[in-house]
Amino acid sequence: MSDDRTFVIIGASQAGGWVAQTLRNEGFEGKVILIGEEPYLPYERPPLSKAALLGEVTVDSTYFWQQEALDEANIEVRLNTRVTAIDRDAKEIEIEGGDRIAYDKLAITTGARVRKLPIEGADLPGVFYLRTMEDTLAIRAAVKDGATAMIVGGGWIGLECAATLTKLGCKSIVVEAADRLCGRAVTPEISDWMYKFHTEHGVDVRLSTGIEKFEGNGQLERVVLPGGDTIDCSIAVVGIGVIPNVELAQDAGLEIDNGIVVDECARTSDPDIVAAGDVTNHPNDLLGRRIRLESYENAQNQGITAGKAMLDKAEPYSEIPWFWSDQFDANLQMIGLPQDWDETATRGDEASNEFVTFYLKDGIIDGAISVNNPRDLRVGKRLMQGKKQVTAAELVDPETKMQALLKR
Amino acid sequence: MSEIEYHAVAKTDEIMEEDVKGVFVGDEEIAVYNVEGEYYATHGICTHENVGLADGFVEGDLIECPLHSACFEIKTGKAVNPPAEIDLKTYPVKVEGDTIYVGIEK
Ligand SMILES: Cc1cc2nc3c(=O)[nH]c(=O)nc-3n(C[C@H](O)[C@H](O)[C@H](O)COP(=O)(O)OP(=O)(O)OC[C@H]3O[C@@H](n4cnc5c(N)ncnc54)[C@H](O)[C@@H]3O)c2cc1C
Ligand code: FES
Repeated sequence: MSDDRTFVIIGASQAGGWVAQTLRNEGFEGKVILIGEEPYLPYERPPLSKAALLGEVTVDSTYFWQQEALDEANIEVRLNTRVTAIDRDAKEIEIEGGDRIAYDKLAITTGARVRKLPIEGADLPGVFYLRTMEDTLAIRAAVKDGATAMIVGGGWIGLECAATLTKLGCKSIVVEAADRLCGRAVTPEISDWMYKFHTEHGVDVRLSTGIEKFEGNGQLERVVLPGGDTIDCSIAVVGIGVIPNVELAQDAGLEIDNGIVVDECARTSDPDIVAAGDVTNHPNDLLGRRIRLESYENAQNQGITAGKAMLDKAEPYSEIPWFWSDQFDANLQMIGLPQDWDETATRGDEASNEFVTFYLKDGIIDGAISVNNPRDLRVGKRLMQGKKQVTAAELVDPETKMQALLKR
Repeated sequence: MSEIEYHAVAKTDEIMEEDVKGVFVGDEEIAVYNVEGEYYATHGICTHENVGLADGFVEGDLIECPLHSACFEIKTGKAVNPPAEIDLKTYPVKVEGDTIYVGIEK
């Protein structure tokens, strides 16, 4: 039986790609059109600040699916194509240039874009942001051995970038306006560990420091600090957060609240439209609240959820948020989004850069962060999922077999 | 037909139940598992990216990759959830006394 329906996906990245794949995996035989404004097939963003910036991987190898695989799945990918409007009454979208495409079901996976730094000189050549493959290729082309690189923002992207640029032979300076690193995501103890770790690896970290402006004659030459001091640098990378791309959905009248509001099955307020990935604000049953995530795992798994919902096979999606980051030789992983814990327990030794810190609330793990210890973190995730009662003392004790705690 | 040669890779008490250990046979990296007292072996590197599964997490008869959480069936090597799509190679295993042997094609 052929199916004459057309399902359209706006945003050809991780979430959008998984929506398309899921439609096929679930047996959908209609037309699938995946539209994206970038010039590349859906690719992994994590390497952008890591292996791809180092030049260790090719662009092709970051693709989730090669062209042949997409062809085989009969997914029509339209790159370099920006969608300009969604007409919900006509059930059509409009692309740049005015052409319209009719849809039976629509998925919005438009992700997020970087927050721009609104200061003088931010448009000088040499000042970069980091979100896309193009950004990474441009930074790589501008990096020279021995150059001074100014990283604005001491969050995940900034720290990864500082590590990678240091490896590339740059002198990396990180300026962070807050008084600690990654302040929104980790405890003060972990911030301190990060500070020490980066400093030991040659990164010049300056906390409680903003910048006043960028200066240079047709090309970045220095930054000016609020007191008037200047630091010479030839490149700057700004990593001060992202903004969800909600405008299309907003203009079409869908409900927006720090992201496109969806239910646990990735459905928007319009029964024919789903949304997934960095752009959504979704309920998380395990945490008992609504969240918007910027993570690889969420883009994939919510994308799969959205694809199923388009086929009326809706399945609730709720999992413990999980995120990782690679900085120098440290693999950091986080689970949960702990907000109010009453105890922390650190297993392993911070000084040896191999440990995991658990956050406990009423004897139940509410989140954890690990450095070079993904295994104990995984067990922690299971303990958290199962809401198992544990004590800080047993988590800290090296004699405790983590796996054994699961069997309770 | 290619012949299989067995190599001693570990002692049985080195791998607890629901645990995994990474071993090398020549240049081949192999992950050896204990599922309910039976030993199994798969290729040691995730088929998604270049990450050692010995740092992964065994749950029941699945191994979960430590990097992006793909799961594989330990007994068959089948990739059961994304991002991995390619199955893992598996190897025959035999135990003699307290020694675990993994069979590799010559
Ligand atoms: C440098 C970097 C490093 C990261 N590292 C990690 C990590 O280590 N671990 C981790 O868990 N996560 C990491 N992430 C986060 C992860 O990559 C994102 O969460 C994920 O890419 C989100 O996928 P998405 O498909 O929702 O959105 P996006 O990847 O943002 O994709 C949205 C796509 O939609 C397109 N689009 C938007 N509007 C339109 C329009 N109107 N018309 C057409 N196309 C449009 C965009 O061009 C884009 O291609 C990292 C992200 C970055 C940038
Ligand atoms: S490397 Fe194993 S899932 Fe990605």
